[in-house]
Amino acid sequence: MRRPRLMYVPFWMTYVFLYTPIVVLVVMSFNSDDSPYTFGGFSLKWYGELASDANVREGLINTLIVAVGSTVLATALGTLLAVGLARHSRSRLLDAISVMPAVLPDLVLGIGLLVFYATIKATLGLYSVVLAHTVFGMAFVTAVVRTRLANSDTSLEEASRDLGATPFTTFFRITLPQLAPGIVAGALLAFTLSIDEFVIASFTAAPLEPTLPIVIYSMVRFGVTPEINALATLLLAVSFTVVIAAQRMTRLTESLS
Amino acid sequence: MARSTVSGAPVKSQARRSRALGRLVFLGPGLTYLIVLLLVPLALLLSYIPFRRGRFGGIVYELTGENFTRLIDPLYLDVVLGSLKIATIATVIALLVGYPTAYLIAQLPRKWKTIALVAIVLPFWTNFLVRIYAWIILLSGPGLVNSTLMDLGLIDKPLELLYNQGTIITGLIYSYLPLMVLPLYAAIEKLDPQLREASANLGARPARTFLSVTLPLTLPGVITGCLFVFVPSFGNFVVPELLGGGRSIMVGNLIRDQFLKARDWPFGATLSLALIAVLIVLLLLQAWSARRA
Repeated sequence: MRRPRLMYVPFWMTYVFLYTPIVVLVVMSFNSDDSPYTFGGFSLKWYGELASDANVREGLINTLIVAVGSTVLATALGTLLAVGLARHSRSRLLDAISVMPAVLPDLVLGIGLLVFYATIKATLGLYSVVLAHTVFGMAFVTAVVRTRLANSDTSLEEASRDLGATPFTTFFRITLPQLAPGIVAGALLAFTLSIDEFVIASFTAAPLEPTLPIVIYSMVRFGVTPEINALATLLLAVSFTVVIAAQRMTRLTESLS
Repeated sequence: MARSTVSGAPVKSQARRSRALGRLVFLGPGLTYLIVLLLVPLALLLSYIPFRRGRFGGIVYELTGENFTRLIDPLYLDVVLGSLKIATIATVIALLVGYPTAYLIAQLPRKWKTIALVAIVLPFWTNFLVRIYAWIILLSGPGLVNSTLMDLGLIDKPLELLYNQGTIITGLIYSYLPLMVLPLYAAIEKLDPQLREASANLGARPARTFLSVTLPLTLPGVITGCLFVFVPSFGNFVVPELLGGGRSIMVGNLIRDQFLKARDWPFGATLSLALIAVLIVLLLLQAWSARRA
């Protein structure tokens, strides 16, 4: 097939554009200079600074609590809802409501929840971020599990029902095992999105219990410090590992099924 | 009921009861959650629209339409139109860069295709704030871009690359370019290569083939990609705050400030409604074009 030469220009530009900032961040994280702009030699001192930064450590712990809590809730609620919508409902309104949190601008969801918590006079804490993150996490779990349900064979479920199994027996013995890869993928998605989420957290977190993105935001806002480069590099390493692991895993489950 | 046999009746009503129970168990928890933590908060937010802020904060519960007239006050209208402009420019550039990229990825051999796609998605899975921060380092006075340009002798003194509209647009494209490439790739990949060959065999030049075969057939992907870039760009407040230096404010900043600084919830709610309205129009346009395709 013809590949016009000229098209290689935007193609390579895209990759250079996407990766230059990342490469600069990583290189500068090993800088021995105090300046974030000139490279003075290799050093791990910014990683040392980072390790002794109490704000970052607290933020990281808060983020993990929020991500685990909201992922568990979102996965349970989202899986049930996906099965309910696919097998027990024909309502297009319910379908629309279930995807709404994924389509709604995060800013609007964030201030909606801010107004809601203020109206019921709730004291904010980590739990309020967990509840908020569950809203959009659930939408993604529901969507992923539903795709899986749409591609799965319903004859096994029918057979189970014809043989006299209750809907719950059918769900636990037939539907759930078939859905497992979709549920894992949905949970992984909810977890990654929660770890990174800043906008909604900034409206629903208590000022004294910030999540990591909120800590990063205030670091960036109040000045450039090479410590952020070290943190960024570590976060990049984690995301890259997770994405590549997920890629491998989906290929593995695909080859198994 | 009359037709059911004596033994069939209880079985039937039992089946109906277990179906109702199934509905309750599967749909109940998730829907309850979404009602309490999504629909009620949104309804609460929008319920502030017909009121106004009291002089010392709080809300005056007197019906008024002043929030809508404030919306077309040039002071605020400029911000809304400015955000539309910034989001549109970002979307158009992302499309111009993203289309050829997606097109070439779709022609790569299978193995390289996967690698090229993962490389597009990878930056997207890294922290949003960190990616924006990287641009502050790159574009600042002594940053890499300026020092490279000076080393090349193209400029004498550092350019002011940070804190203007161009910086915001760059940040938005950087943040959402993967969301443009993926739907474009999906649309181009599905395209039957024989159609293009047929067009070429019939004597059409490449440009003609592109305009009358490739582009119309991949239009749904183009529209989805544009939507994926435009929507998060339009309501963004983080990129303009970090890369715009607070000088050129976007509608997202305006909304956030109504809730965190000005404490004017009624006007903030009205602006949110305007934001949602623009997005709903765009989603309807997309649904309409998808049905036509």
